[in-house]
Amino acid sequence: MDRKITMKAAADIRKLCINELAAAGYGHIGGSMSICDILAVLYTDIMNIDPKDPKKPDRDYLVLSKGHCGPALYATLAYKGYFDVEELKTLNQGGTSLPSHCDRLKTTGIDISTGSLGQGLSLGVGVAMGKKIQGIGGRVFVIVGDGELQEGQNWEAVQFIAHNSLQNLVIIVDNNKRQLDGYTKDICQTFDYKAKFRSFGIHTFEADGHDVCDIYDKLTAAKNTCPSVVIMNTEKGHGCKFAEIPGFNHYMVISKEMADEATAEIDRRLEAGL
Amino acid sequence: MSRLTENIVLDTKEMRAAYCDALIKKARENEKIVVVDADVSHSVGTEPFYKEFPERSVNCGIMEAHAVGMCAGMSETGLVPFFHAFGVFATRRCFDQIFLSCAYQKLNVKIIGADPGVTAASNGGTHMPFEDIGLMRLIPGSVIIEPADVTMYDAAVSYMADNYGVHYLRTSRRKTMRIYKDGAKFVIGKANMLNDGRDVCIIASGIMVYEALKAADMLADKGISARVLDMHTIKPLDKEAAEKAARECGAIVTAENHNVTGGLGAAVCEALSETVPVPVERVGVKESFGEVGSQDYLQKRFGLTADNIVCAALKCISRKK
Repeated sequence: MDRKITMKAAADIRKLCINELAAAGYGHIGGSMSICDILAVLYTDIMNIDPKDPKKPDRDYLVLSKGHCGPALYATLAYKGYFDVEELKTLNQGGTSLPSHCDRLKTTGIDISTGSLGQGLSLGVGVAMGKKIQGIGGRVFVIVGDGELQEGQNWEAVQFIAHNSLQNLVIIVDNNKRQLDGYTKDICQTFDYKAKFRSFGIHTFEADGHDVCDIYDKLTAAKNTCPSVVIMNTEKGHGCKFAEIPGFNHYMVISKEMADEATAEIDRRLEAGL
Repeated sequence: MSRLTENIVLDTKEMRAAYCDALIKKARENEKIVVVDADVSHSVGTEPFYKEFPERSVNCGIMEAHAVGMCAGMSETGLVPFFHAFGVFATRRCFDQIFLSCAYQKLNVKIIGADPGVTAASNGGTHMPFEDIGLMRLIPGSVIIEPADVTMYDAAVSYMADNYGVHYLRTSRRKTMRIYKDGAKFVIGKANMLNDGRDVCIIASGIMVYEALKAADMLADKGISARVLDMHTIKPLDKEAAEKAARECGAIVTAENHNVTGGLGAAVCEALSETVPVPVERVGVKESFGEVGSQDYLQKRFGLTADNIVCAALKCISRKK
């Protein structure tokens, strides 16, 4: 990977996402911002994908289990050329191909529909099992939120992954430490993830989820030889000035002026190498 | 008219054995079929499939929600998963997974719910699905099949494997009354007429088909001519057959091993109210939870017998204008 190129990709994805949400006037900004760097690394440096052949069977799949952060993934897909960036302006409009939550039937490049938290990991396991049974290449990356890990179905899936030594799937935890109603530690803390995953025998890594090199290193270390999880330590709202606040930032009303200011700040930080 | 056995007696073959035979037969020609169980391969009878196709068999353990989601993901890669659990756990426990992980995103998952209604017998109320049809009917595009005996599995399994979508097979595990001769024909979505009649039509599914035939004999003794339809496909309902029966008989009795709310009776009422509104009486479970007992005891307890159908038929005929 080239750090500068991937950082630029992350900045571009962030800007596209903020302006996409601003076009709708509102949206899930906090959780979208926390995964922009992860998506940039996945789509720039890690995943075997082809925007010109989005359904090729041996591609790597991405399941964004925290489906409300679809806008960040749409921005990434547009950045990669799956569809025109102009489409981003149609987010949540009637008849759009970009609904608030990921929909595989509507959006080119979306592999699996999500939105009911806790279900994406099982879906990803199914894709990985389907590949394994049929001898189809490619891996599955599933992004779950730390708050989302409160849903019990995740742990059914983790148990299944571990028992079946499912090697072609990587779990990515967006550990932004917040959920809709506030800080996860205050609402229902999810305790020590690393210990939890390790207790299942899952190969467990931890990364700074806003450092593209660290993200790349850990995703690369999560080899195709044993079940793996990478816990990405992130900040909800990261990189978007008006969303980098301690208060409620799960879902915000976003004006064009706010987006313009946030976009300028992203450019300034990129220039400064931050 | 369908070919019926001359004397209806308890079958020598278990329903689960016949189901698994049909599944193995289909899987030999369709290599995409996989079996997924939630720790019920022994109970539901899929063990022979595991022996023949170990690489196409997955026992998840007791995690129905995960299993259904996994089936959805498998189907995205082209596999055709058949998921098995007891009916209550196959539907009610993982309804949101069936709805969103499977149906909403138009994936291809086959759900087999064992022990419908009172056939759960000694497992009691916790294991007794009276609402599974209602739940599954609410899912856009779903197909719901309930065989009356062992002869239907080839047709049901073939349909499910060959047609894309979320399909629910509601099936008893144990020996059941043998209604049809070997080689009987079944077309999914088309009811089988088992007895013709003019005064009333009994529309039944599953174990209630046998009760309906008994009731038709009892009504014949009273000089009443009763048509009997095996509505083995509850969704899509054979509206044509129901409407024809309504026009020609003028009175309909539905008979189901399920809550009358949301089930076969509800489906028939919804269909006929829009086209051929005639008196309908629904025989089935009414506003009750299941409980433990023998199937025979429970059929009497919940009003699922030929006697109940006869009473409903007489009432329904009296309501004709």
